[in-house]
Amino acid sequence: MPEFPSDSVGLVTPQTAHFDDPLALACGRTLPAYDLVYETYGTLNAERTNAILICHALSGHHHAAGFHSTDERKPGWWDAHIGPGKSIDTDRFFVVSVNNLGGCHGSTGPTSENPETGRQWGPDFPIMTVGDWVHSQARLADRLGIERFAAVIGGSLGGMQVLQWTLSYPERIAHAGVIAATPKLSAQNIAFNEVARQAIRSDPDFHDGWYADHGTAPRRGLKLARMVGHITYLSEDAMGSKFGRDLRTTDLNFGFDVEFQVESYLRYQGDTFSTSFDANTYLLMTKALDYFDPAAPHDGDLARALAPAACPFLVVSFTTDWRFPPPRSKELVNALVRADKSVSYVNIDSSHGHDAFLMPEPRYQAVFAAFMNRVAGDLGLEGQS
Amino acid sequence: MRADLTLIHEWIPEGARVLDLGCGEGTLLAALARDKRVTGYGLEIDPDGITACLAKGVNVIEQNLDEGLANFEDDACDLVVMTQALQALRRPDLMLDEMLRVAGECIITFPNFAYWRHRAYLGFKGYMPVSRSLPHAWYDTPNIHLSTFNDFERLCRDKGLSIVDRAVGIGDHEGHWTSRWWPNLFGEIAIFRVARRA
Repeated sequence: MPEFPSDSVGLVTPQTAHFDDPLALACGRTLPAYDLVYETYGTLNAERTNAILICHALSGHHHAAGFHSTDERKPGWWDAHIGPGKSIDTDRFFVVSVNNLGGCHGSTGPTSENPETGRQWGPDFPIMTVGDWVHSQARLADRLGIERFAAVIGGSLGGMQVLQWTLSYPERIAHAGVIAATPKLSAQNIAFNEVARQAIRSDPDFHDGWYADHGTAPRRGLKLARMVGHITYLSEDAMGSKFGRDLRTTDLNFGFDVEFQVESYLRYQGDTFSTSFDANTYLLMTKALDYFDPAAPHDGDLARALAPAACPFLVVSFTTDWRFPPPRSKELVNALVRADKSVSYVNIDSSHGHDAFLMPEPRYQAVFAAFMNRVAGDLGLEGQS
Repeated sequence: MRADLTLIHEWIPEGARVLDLGCGEGTLLAALARDKRVTGYGLEIDPDGITACLAKGVNVIEQNLDEGLANFEDDACDLVVMTQALQALRRPDLMLDEMLRVAGECIITFPNFAYWRHRAYLGFKGYMPVSRSLPHAWYDTPNIHLSTFNDFERLCRDKGLSIVDRAVGIGDHEGHWTSRWWPNLFGEIAIFRVARRA
């Protein structure tokens, strides 16, 4: 494929796995049947020991690396790290990336048809938890013949799924990579999520979530939600160096049109997102974030909650991340130490804020590559590449 | 392995839980895990050291030692090791307290400022000593609290700590010799094994 960079996994095609065995959910409801859309890169070895599961963040999906077509401008969301010779080396590992249930990129979610009513699930789609996702991912692993993942890796909400993997299926995960995540959201995090949800829910086009029935969509609300979110994903430095106080015109116009570059940027990001993402999915995903707290059933004692975990952890944070800042990662690291678990922690110097986990940065890549080398070494995969 | 590390390797018991402060590239912990089933963590701030530890499979935690060890509980480990880092800390005395809170025993190595070559350098040349164990110039050295064999013994005495064992390192090829004779003069590297007073 000469049209793609040599370290790209190239052209990829999403696949769909259909499941007829009902999935019992944390909310008490059961999903009778469902689809999971996923992509894979690399080759599963004969012993089925080289599989890596990539868990996505809030607005992510299954398309983590490569291109869907030769026209696609941007590769998958984690292309900087997945590919031949990259940190997650597809010459050596078999990578699986799945769109979570409740998503809006092919897996069963609010925009899918509810078999009981024949119309879209809409707001009736059950609230998912990180635990529910992990159960569904384990079923996909069964389907793919993967008994144990060499590593489960994810950033942000993806990192929470990784943590949940170590607790729900300790025997099925050999290494955990928890990046730019937190063992639970702070009140401030939940507050930002609530602002985002209220922006969506107060849009006149929301219709209590039944907007599809009205042939409309709460685009303005979703746009606002994304704008708020986007501010929290960038650092003040990143925004400052990207836009400063630059004006789009030469003079102030003393009005409320776009004057500053950063306003224009946020509006553009919000607009793009609001036409490609489903509002009910956004509500559901932010709720899953809010609910995640594995320590809660153990009187808030995270070390006790981590008792089942059996694999080595890599925890990574970024210096300017104020969505899930380094102290939140250290909280997890300290609890892992108290629980006598195998853990390494790295705090990467970056100016990109929370979004740094998606970016190529030399030290981040070196750390990641070293960890993946260890994964390969522990599992005797050296000969694969 | 460096002479002081070889000796520490001998001193650490089978299966111990070890905290290595300023673990560098994880050489000691990797060897201990391989030869003695030792578990534990290394603390380090140097990015290259951390990456090297990760590649070796050594548990490494990015942490500035000057911020203390509050994230480790009392008696969390069997042994705390600190090789060639004490002299770079803001408050070596407080770190000693912290180390002996986290474990009942610790092993510390540092360059002995009273080593005869250092004395000669300062005495004859009149410049701050630059040597194999003190390779930096006075203005860019990370070593802000240089001390001698005797200084450290006095600190331990003042704190009521017991010195379980001590040794001196003199150069890589010679390994070490344990001597009661003039360690403060002939020891290039001071190696101490210190415990809380029983």
